[in-house]
Amino acid sequence: MALITVSDLTFGYDSRKIVENLNFSVSSGDYLCIVGENGSGKTTLMKTLLHLKEPISGEILIGSGLKKNEIGYLPQHTAVQKDFPASVWEIVLSGCQGRCGLRPFYNKDDKNIALNNMERMGITSLASRSYRELSGGQQQRVLLARALCATRKLILLDEPVAGLDVKAASEMYKLIAELNNEGITIIMISHDIAAAAKYASHILHIGRTVFYGSTEEYLSSDIGCFFLSQQKGVS
Amino acid sequence: MFENLFSYLEFPFVRYALITGVMISLCSSLLGVTLVLKRFSFIGDGLSHVAFGAIAVASVFNLSNRMIVVMPITVLCAVLLLKTGQNAKIKGDAAIAMISVGSLALGYLLMNIFSTSSNLSGDVCSTLFGSTSMLTLSKSEVIFSIILSAAVILIFIFFYNRIFAVTFDEEFASASGTIAKNYNLLIAVVTAVIIVIAMKLVGSLLISALIVFPALSSMRIFKSFKSVTIFSAVIAAVCSCSGMIISVLAGTPVGATIVAVNAAAFGVCWLIGIIIGRSAK
Ligand SMILES: Nc1ncnc2c1ncn2[C@@H]1O[C@H](COP(=O)(O)OP(=O)(O)OP(=O)(O)O)[C@@H](O)[C@H]1O
Ligand SMILES: [Mg+2]
Repeated sequence: MALITVSDLTFGYDSRKIVENLNFSVSSGDYLCIVGENGSGKTTLMKTLLHLKEPISGEILIGSGLKKNEIGYLPQHTAVQKDFPASVWEIVLSGCQGRCGLRPFYNKDDKNIALNNMERMGITSLASRSYRELSGGQQQRVLLARALCATRKLILLDEPVAGLDVKAASEMYKLIAELNNEGITIIMISHDIAAAAKYASHILHIGRTVFYGSTEEYLSSDIGCFFLSQQKGVS
Repeated sequence: MFENLFSYLEFPFVRYALITGVMISLCSSLLGVTLVLKRFSFIGDGLSHVAFGAIAVASVFNLSNRMIVVMPITVLCAVLLLKTGQNAKIKGDAAIAMISVGSLALGYLLMNIFSTSSNLSGDVCSTLFGSTSMLTLSKSEVIFSIILSAAVILIFIFFYNRIFAVTFDEEFASASGTIAKNYNLLIAVVTAVIIVIAMKLVGSLLISALIVFPALSSMRIFKSFKSVTIFSAVIAAVCSCSGMIISVLAGTPVGATIVAVNAAAFGVCWLIGIIIGRSAK
């Protein structure tokens, strides 16, 4: 069953088009990895999928089984002000907002979900710390825990391992794969093509050439081979 | 001196004034935390000038109940300011300066042309800086302000978690199903309501102080949203209460005294913040 169907989508800023006539679809249970160079429009695409930005033209159809409050999101940059007073606990718990419906306050279940996700991300001991006083990697974990709280069917991750150390990054990939095994659909932006090849079921490559297909198809395509060899050259 | 104070407190209108003042400053401080953090304090500032213009219009028509005119105009402008502030194409701050200075000038002009009062500058002064005595409030005005402030406080408590979510990260909130736009609208409308009821207390030029000072003072010391919110409500209540008592005893203007006490409290909190910061290292 298609969760998200994108047809003839053109997106960008104001009138400047970044990618034109994009077509792909994400089914329930898929693990889609979006790759491409810096500035190719990955973050913009994700924001357009989330309706945070209006598309220039084309359509994004959301399957009937998916409600907005079942979606988790990890932004690449949060425009959080330097002096914002907020504790880690408050931030992670705010991820449960979508579960509340009309209920004004969080209940026991919400708090347990927040606690579990903090444990998963290894930030339980930071609970009462102030967000603005954490290191970049710690902040990333807090935002991941918040995204996990909001996730019930679909999670969109914009470079989830940016800022994480090697061990945390590989644990992160395992965690995402676990979520996927539990039936949660994943859409992830990553520059780590090796991880994408290992875990993703589908790959969307955007840039001057656009490719969408299963991971095997991508790895045997010209553009996939080229991109992979480029990355090997670096590492 | 205390005997003097207690003899004043015997009068019901003094007690009414105290209760009203504390309620009004409580709700402006609650909203103030969000307005400061969202960088919306400009809305508060712009709106207070709009409310001044609206009062002038109301007095030209010689309405017995000015609220009927002032409240809708201010709420409408709150919505407009919010829209222009978010629109990057129009320079948001310039638009606000235009609206606020424009209504200030228009208000003064109207009052000048149509005023039937013999004491024009006194009228203008009390609209700008608050009535010299809060004690002239009528019982119905007191009840009206108390009901509205209670409503604002209840709304704030009811939506507290959502307001936090939308204030901290609007994009995440909308991505995961909270309709951030509606909450921004709610915040703007409630701000307009607060400004209109607070005009009586401190006058239109000083309202921003009630909104901004407690939040900023509290942020010097506390680091979680909840503690900042609670402490700014406490500061606001204490400052407005003591400000009003001082003004009664010393015969100073109410609004300016409350703001002065708030400014002093900010200074104290700033010092405490520095000391805490030092000792933490
Ligand atoms: N707010 C903005 N207004 C106008 N143009 C923007 C804005 N943000 C990004 N762009 C432009 O849109 C293009 C795509 O940006 P985007 O952030 O989507 O890239 P990306 O693929 O996520 O890159 P990265 O790998 O660095 O995260 C870039 O050319 C960028 O300059
Ligand atoms: Mg990006």
